[in-house]
Amino acid sequence: MLCGLEVQEIARNQAGSPLDRRSFLKCALASGAALGINGVAQPAAGIGSGAASGTQDDARFIVEAKFYQKLAERKIKCKLCPRECTVGDKERGYCGVRENRGGVYYTLVHSRVCAAHVDPVEKKPLFHYLPGSIAFSLATAGCNVNCKFCQNWDISQSRPEQIPAEYIPPQRVAEIAKQYNCPTIAYTYSEPVIFSEFLMDAADAGHEAGIRSIVVSNGYMQEEALKAAYGKMDAVKIDLKSFSESYYRQVVTGQLKPVLNSLVTLRKMNKWTEIVYLVLPTLNDSDEEFRGLAQWVKANLGPDVPLHFTQFHPEYLLKNLPITPVPTLERAKAIADAEGLHYVYIGNVPGHPAQNTYCPKCRKMLVERVGFTASQMLIRKNSCPFCQQPIPGIWHA
Amino acid sequence: MKTMRNGSRRDFLRQSFAGAALLCASGGAGALAAAEPVAAKPGAVGAKSRVVVARDELLRGTDSKVDSGRMLALLDRAMQALAGHDHPAEIWRTLVRPSETVSLKVNTLGGRGISTNVLLVAAICKRLQEAGVRASDIVVWDRDSNELERAGFHLAMGGERVQCYGTDRVGYEENLAAWGSVGSCLSKILTQRSGVLINVPVLKDHDGAGVTIALKNMYGVIHNPNKYHPDGCNPYVADLNMLPEIRSRMRLTICDATTAIYEGGPGYKPEHCWNANSLLVSQDPVALDHTGWQMIERKRAEKGLKTLEAKKRAPRYIATAADGEHKLGTNDPKRIALVEV
Ligand SMILES: [Zn+2]
Repeated sequence: MLCGLEVQEIARNQAGSPLDRRSFLKCALASGAALGINGVAQPAAGIGSGAASGTQDDARFIVEAKFYQKLAERKIKCKLCPRECTVGDKERGYCGVRENRGGVYYTLVHSRVCAAHVDPVEKKPLFHYLPGSIAFSLATAGCNVNCKFCQNWDISQSRPEQIPAEYIPPQRVAEIAKQYNCPTIAYTYSEPVIFSEFLMDAADAGHEAGIRSIVVSNGYMQEEALKAAYGKMDAVKIDLKSFSESYYRQVVTGQLKPVLNSLVTLRKMNKWTEIVYLVLPTLNDSDEEFRGLAQWVKANLGPDVPLHFTQFHPEYLLKNLPITPVPTLERAKAIADAEGLHYVYIGNVPGHPAQNTYCPKCRKMLVERVGFTASQMLIRKNSCPFCQQPIPGIWHA
Repeated sequence: MKTMRNGSRRDFLRQSFAGAALLCASGGAGALAAAEPVAAKPGAVGAKSRVVVARDELLRGTDSKVDSGRMLALLDRAMQALAGHDHPAEIWRTLVRPSETVSLKVNTLGGRGISTNVLLVAAICKRLQEAGVRASDIVVWDRDSNELERAGFHLAMGGERVQCYGTDRVGYEENLAAWGSVGSCLSKILTQRSGVLINVPVLKDHDGAGVTIALKNMYGVIHNPNKYHPDGCNPYVADLNMLPEIRSRMRLTICDATTAIYEGGPGYKPEHCWNANSLLVSQDPVALDHTGWQMIERKRAEKGLKTLEAKKRAPRYIATAADGEHKLGTNDPKRIALVEV
């Protein structure tokens, strides 16, 4: 029997293809056993009732925030993301999960897990990170942007007290991951920027238990917070949602520049990073934008950063747009290839040959992927076995 | 309120007459119509939106507490001026049918210091019941039950009493309601318990939006208000009020300006509050917001503070709400019939 978390999770797994669905069900079964039978910590009040996840005053989840500045008149300025919300007493920031209480800023979502699941890392997607492995993946409510295409808007655009959640403190996160042979904890689904404190503590607990951490994020974060929080990650996937400020303003409710800055910072930190670009028909799919993006990546991050062009499925506030045509994704890849990027993938299109990893030198296939699983993995000692070309990534546990 | 535009008694009588004519023309039965919301229709030739500012200098006793009897009398005076006749029960009967469910959306974010006055809500509930609405068909509500209690309301769910609880008790609809920049899940109190919505906000300064009065009080109806504070809440406030689920139910705004705040809102800052001892009543929330904004500006000027415009936080959403795309009411002073009583 699936627990409350599983029920939540079913809604936010993309029901794209049969492969997708099958691999999801397998995972659901595995993690259902994990979370249901062996019991995560006691669920918060209200779980399973369809009502809210306990009161907003549930003290277990409330921890002083790490990145903020105190101002006069009990106001604070949040220094977590580039919005820099100025928040008055008893008010919350844009993310909805941080609250000023008497001039002290608190996160309301520490250990407050509203979605948890065991996923293949290919689903994040991270293609150059332990292919074929699984990650204990979790999220809290909240997000610091509001993408009109969000697949998980029901958790990302909600306040924590509005959705069921369970109390899973950092130690327990590590235990569950270990118990179910996940070498990795993944912070994903909503927007991990806004649960940085929990992410940092869980990553520490994981590392003590020999478990790595990865994050799937929009990268819309201040540099100091990024260094502190994502410095604890073993790999990072950034959703670069477009290469235009106007798109970021209108479709994402954010800004492009700080995200580019984050990518450069991650590069300087030597953090393994992959980029996903969700292609929306008519909104961010011009040749110029693809070319500008590829040129920027090559110039600022180098040719070895994997770039995934993924297919959009109509969701949330953009149900009027069609699914991204596969030829559009192929055009994006062709442009980025021509600009000299070594690892350009097409995502969300099961069975497409551009899901595989090829050696940039001898062009032989090195990792074959079927759906969200790696069916063949030929890389040895971080290199192509055919021509010994080094292949960047974290290939071996 | 001498400083108010069109403030003379003579003007009042003239506007009163004009306003009554307007309401009859647009509403049918008597002055106010119950069957459909009768917010001003700015497109109509010669139409004016009536906004009543009713004031009682003696609203408070010597201990500075609001007197319940005087509050009821103040409400009656305001409603009479809005309707253009003298029979309180009759006025309410034209607004709501006995079979309808009625909800009063209050504002309780400011705690005990600056929330919708409990005695005002009690007075409205009394008149609604006299008009034939069953007590249990009336809901007094806001986002959160704890906040309602902190503001002095007694929670009540079930039974024959007037109901009082927050959306936290019943949750939000799962489906999105969307218009323009807004996509939100609506409180089930709105969608399932509010045949008629009466908006009972507070007159407040707002550090982000400029002011928060009638239109912005609808932020308490949705699950994600924190998403709509950038850019001075513009166009979000206007777009939100366009949601059919809100617009079709909205019949009247009774703004509590017994205690108001001209700076440092929306939280309670006692040093910036003043006892305006007033109610603002209108069926046009845009005209009411414009009028309330001007009251706050006059108080700011009196206190030597800069205008909201000069502070770069003029409430632009009010003009957006009045524009050709929204037509939620009028912010044109020439088309607002201001009645002071
Ligand atoms: Zn090779």
